[in-house]
Amino acid sequence: MRYILVKEFRSFLNSLIAYMVMAVFLTAMGLLTWVFPDTSVLNYGFADMGTLFSLAPYVFIFLIPAITMRSFAEEKKSGTLELLLTKPLSDWDIVLGKFFACFFLVVIAILPTLIYYFSIRQLGNPIGNIDTSGVMGSYIGLLLLSAIFCSIGLLASSSTPNQIVAFILAAFLCFIIFTGFHSLSSLPVLASVAVGVKQLGILHHYETLSKGLIDSRDVIYFISVTALLLLFTKTILSARTW
Amino acid sequence: MSIVIQNLSKVYGAQRALSNISFSVEAGEIVGFLGPNGAGKSTTFKITTGFLPPTEGTATVAGFNVADQAMEVKKVIGYLPEHNPLYLDMFVHEYLQFVGGLYGMKGQRLKNKVGEMVERCGLTREQNKKIETLSKGYRQRVGLAQALLHDPKVLILDEPTSGLDPNQLVEIRKLIKEVSENKTVIFSTHIMQEVEALCDRVVIINKGEIVANDRLSHLLAGKRKAAFAVEFEGEVSMEELKQLVGIDTVERVKAGTYKIEGKEGVDIRAELFRFAADKQLSLVGLKQEQQNLESIFQELTKQPVEA
Repeated sequence: MRYILVKEFRSFLNSLIAYMVMAVFLTAMGLLTWVFPDTSVLNYGFADMGTLFSLAPYVFIFLIPAITMRSFAEEKKSGTLELLLTKPLSDWDIVLGKFFACFFLVVIAILPTLIYYFSIRQLGNPIGNIDTSGVMGSYIGLLLLSAIFCSIGLLASSSTPNQIVAFILAAFLCFIIFTGFHSLSSLPVLASVAVGVKQLGILHHYETLSKGLIDSRDVIYFISVTALLLLFTKTILSARTW
Repeated sequence: MSIVIQNLSKVYGAQRALSNISFSVEAGEIVGFLGPNGAGKSTTFKITTGFLPPTEGTATVAGFNVADQAMEVKKVIGYLPEHNPLYLDMFVHEYLQFVGGLYGMKGQRLKNKVGEMVERCGLTREQNKKIETLSKGYRQRVGLAQALLHDPKVLILDEPTSGLDPNQLVEIRKLIKEVSENKTVIFSTHIMQEVEALCDRVVIINKGEIVANDRLSHLLAGKRKAAFAVEFEGEVSMEELKQLVGIDTVERVKAGTYKIEGKEGVDIRAELFRFAADKQLSLVGLKQEQQNLESIFQELTKQPVEA
């Protein structure tokens, strides 16, 4: 698994993808948090990082599928998947190696936003008047959310040799699982099961974590959805043997 | 026995790619695997390397069953897939080290091995380049180096020489010959001279069925009817030609040129010459047609296999 991870990560660095992802994510978040008056912390008047955490998932809906779209699709198209699958590697080695490479790239893109936390902390009145536990919970939520998005991206990429199809499919699925269930639950028809439907989506669990409440149920939700999606990916990869 | 294929069948949807083929390759042998495009060569290799499962039958490599000991099989095999897939954005050394890592080699040992492979495969001049900048011949060498890196006991090469220029062909062939000492090698190709130059034995496959599996010398010896392309100045009566002693078949190729096949073990050249002298014909050409692997291949794979 380690060799696949290193190889994937290197190819991100070699192919500009890594720099693009970080540049786009940080520019977008920087503008939204500090510059655009509608969402800027400076105009808002509260020492709060809500803007970052409520808007970052929407940026990730596009960015993460862009990272993951090539992972299997390209290997399928160029035939290198045959090379990998005839080396002494298990299917899990390949899936997890690729997953962690994508996930680490996202983590590295998120890391610089920690500076926002310290800046906003300084801007508080009195200094340090910020909901630290809420911020920590939100970071954990954001990381877990990107893990789900990465696994969705891998699943989409493993199901087609076409990168564009993989991207669109992944972005769509990310959107559905992030807010789709939440919006669906407000349909009058589903009123009786609204809570259940809402809990299927990420948003419900993400909001709980944002309040600084690290509930094991939410963490288990994120981890199990990620694991399930990776299992699907692995199953698709092994489906050649059916 | 190094590779044993038993009653192997593969069905893709409605298409039957392999039907019940069996053959084996002894340890240390070099076997050529021939067949027209779409005959099932690559499918056989894909099953043997554990990339695809067979629909029926078993494949064993070095005593390990491909179906349930896939990991062991993958460790003993060096495989060059068809079209030689490579990570084009990697450097030669980087790529070879990545592959070596997958086989559990590391540190100085890996570096030394990669260096040795680069040298052996004639990549020294191009070793610091990205793979995407290499020409086809050099890419093929990288593919071979990748397959040979972990010193596999069994080497499976799917069309290792396709698309190379004549010089590269000779070099790659020489390389295969060199590295094949103490290894079991099976490779597919469309180039008959290659098989004649390298192989102990040939397996010919057509439409998913094995049509020949024999030592090269036997296969060639079995076809020892001498055939001649005979050219006269002007037309000659076919009937008269057929009357001659020792002549089996006569076929008119074009005006004045005939393909004449003698009966087994009979040299018909003298007879033909006397015939020409008697009839006062000018015999302007007499060329023996080599019964080589190419013609055997064509003969075996031309007709549809009977159902």
